[in-house]
Amino acid sequence: MTVAVVQGVSVWGPGLPSWAAAKAVLCGTDDYVVTDVALPPPSLLPANERRRASLATRLALVVAQQASETAGVAPGSISSVFATSNGDGAVVHTILEALATRQPVSPTQFHNSVHNTAAGYWSIATGSQQATTCIACHDATAAAALLKAVAEVHAERRPLLLCVYDEPLPAPLDAKHPTDGTFGVGLVLAPEDASAGMARIDVRYAGSSEGVADWLPRLSALHRLAKGNPAARLLRLLESLARQVPDTFSMPLLDGRVDVRLEPCSPADRFLN
Amino acid sequence: MQPLNLTAMTAVSAIGTGSAATLRALRSRCSGLRPRDFAGIADGYIGQVDDLETHGLPSTLKHFDCRNNRLADTALRTDGFVGAVAAARRRYGADRIAVVVGTSTSGIQSGEAAYQARDPVSGKLPDGFDYRHTQDMFSLADFVRSALDLHGPAMVVSTACASSARTFIDAYQLIASGICDSAVVGGADSLCAMTLRGFASLDLISPNACRPCDANRDGISIGEAAGFALLEREGKGPALIGYGASSDGHHMSAPHPRALGAIAAMRAALGSGNLSPADIDYVNLHGTGTRANDAMEDMAMVEVFGTSTPCSSTKGWTGHTLGASGILEALIACLCIEHGLIPGCLHIGALDPDFRARVLINNEPRAVRRVMSNAFGFGGINCSLIFGSSG
Repeated sequence: MTVAVVQGVSVWGPGLPSWAAAKAVLCGTDDYVVTDVALPPPSLLPANERRRASLATRLALVVAQQASETAGVAPGSISSVFATSNGDGAVVHTILEALATRQPVSPTQFHNSVHNTAAGYWSIATGSQQATTCIACHDATAAAALLKAVAEVHAERRPLLLCVYDEPLPAPLDAKHPTDGTFGVGLVLAPEDASAGMARIDVRYAGSSEGVADWLPRLSALHRLAKGNPAARLLRLLESLARQVPDTFSMPLLDGRVDVRLEPCSPADRFLN
Repeated sequence: MQPLNLTAMTAVSAIGTGSAATLRALRSRCSGLRPRDFAGIADGYIGQVDDLETHGLPSTLKHFDCRNNRLADTALRTDGFVGAVAAARRRYGADRIAVVVGTSTSGIQSGEAAYQARDPVSGKLPDGFDYRHTQDMFSLADFVRSALDLHGPAMVVSTACASSARTFIDAYQLIASGICDSAVVGGADSLCAMTLRGFASLDLISPNACRPCDANRDGISIGEAAGFALLEREGKGPALIGYGASSDGHHMSAPHPRALGAIAAMRAALGSGNLSPADIDYVNLHGTGTRANDAMEDMAMVEVFGTSTPCSSTKGWTGHTLGASGILEALIACLCIEHGLIPGCLHIGALDPDFRARVLINNEPRAVRRVMSNAFGFGGINCSLIFGSSG
């Protein structure tokens, strides 16, 4: 049993512009309506850095900040795991175009092309010296990230911020990995002896892909997003967190799967949300 | 932390394929850096691995074909690594061994070629360009897991030049939490126009073979490398006995002016291993050869260790192999322990007179029990690992 307690959550995606709004949709109170809402600026990032940061990075920072706030932890005060499949695709595309046309490569674009760009800006924005790791696992990025994050909390006995985000690749790369929507999730996870939280989650890896069908959210209106954006594979977990119901589901990870068991904390322990 | 044994280990770089060749080059102080024109880019020196252009992947893995996976395949086939993993697979089961490998640019060279072959009218990339199995960041872990017939959890760790160093920490946490019993760690980064041109745009490429810690050092030489290690609680071999990680929280590409992130990572590594600075016999520096990095690291060395602990950079041999530097220098650390050797920096005319750490410029044969290895990267990310003999 590898266990962590969810202490904070955030989400930003099409029709899901905040955790409060998403909660109403995920609980079935509000209909799911896709509206075009602009991503709020990451207020922690200084204005000049904000101008240099891509949409993917700003998305990651917004959900990282909001998850920290809902958990009541100072932004940057805990270690972090950032996970994305496509990374900063727009930046990589700009560099590939420059190389193909023998144009100069911009130094700012180059240092913003690394997979850990969002983690770097997060530490700069929060003045944090906390450790971070940044992972990728193609369409199974969310499953691998959840497994990795809970394992780190369990092994280190310290809370951490998990930030999973993806935006579509720009043309012409988009044809090679179609991605729907711009979607990010933040979770603050604490060791199992944490005094308060929203839910306990227990993860384990199994080397067989049997039983992976039940990772989709119950709300069929969200299936397209859940299937189309690697980060949105966490929608099932968000839905059970919002509804505060026990749940067991499996997320595919290559030819294996990550089994997740979620148990809401007792109401007395839920003061955080 | 509970030590983890490196029961098998391999690396390939410009100084050779495998442990024996790497040790030979270190002992003979023979650099692998050469002036070279790679991909039409003529500046400076590079640390290139020969024969990758003609290296073929096994027929069942052809869809992964790109320079980065060819480099990884070369490493997997060296030092009996495939055989050691097969034995571990029988001991633990294929689903109990994780693949946690690092890269900063994956198979981006395939993307560079695809962008040059775009349809002039539609702008479409060629149909034959397999993004998922080449350029996509996860391609390396997918390839390694397939090549080793493993069925455990897999992920790519991509934290710029600290990528493969960080895989030791992420794999340790997976093993310590019971998710798996063993892990293949390490990584690969291969030469490509993106990094050569990108570092040039930051004015960080030396026109000469790089000379870390020299008074007149003037930048990095980029190299390529791949390497892997098998981590297990059981077994024999050198062991990971400490680790530390931190962020600078300062700048995307410039090191912290007071070395606070590096100091924090080095102290955390000592703390996790219950070690004091006096327990470390040698520090293999990140030591890239840029003015800023080496000065920052000297400051960190003096703050954590004082002025008597021997240290050096081996990038004068291999070049800066970016995300692969962590695993390549882990192999070098283990060779130092196994063979009683401390390599002194290469290409030194005169040490930087402002440095106060004890930087070695000649090889010293001596007993080495524990080595700290540093890796720092863009985004202000720092990892320090400590290796020692097991038992």
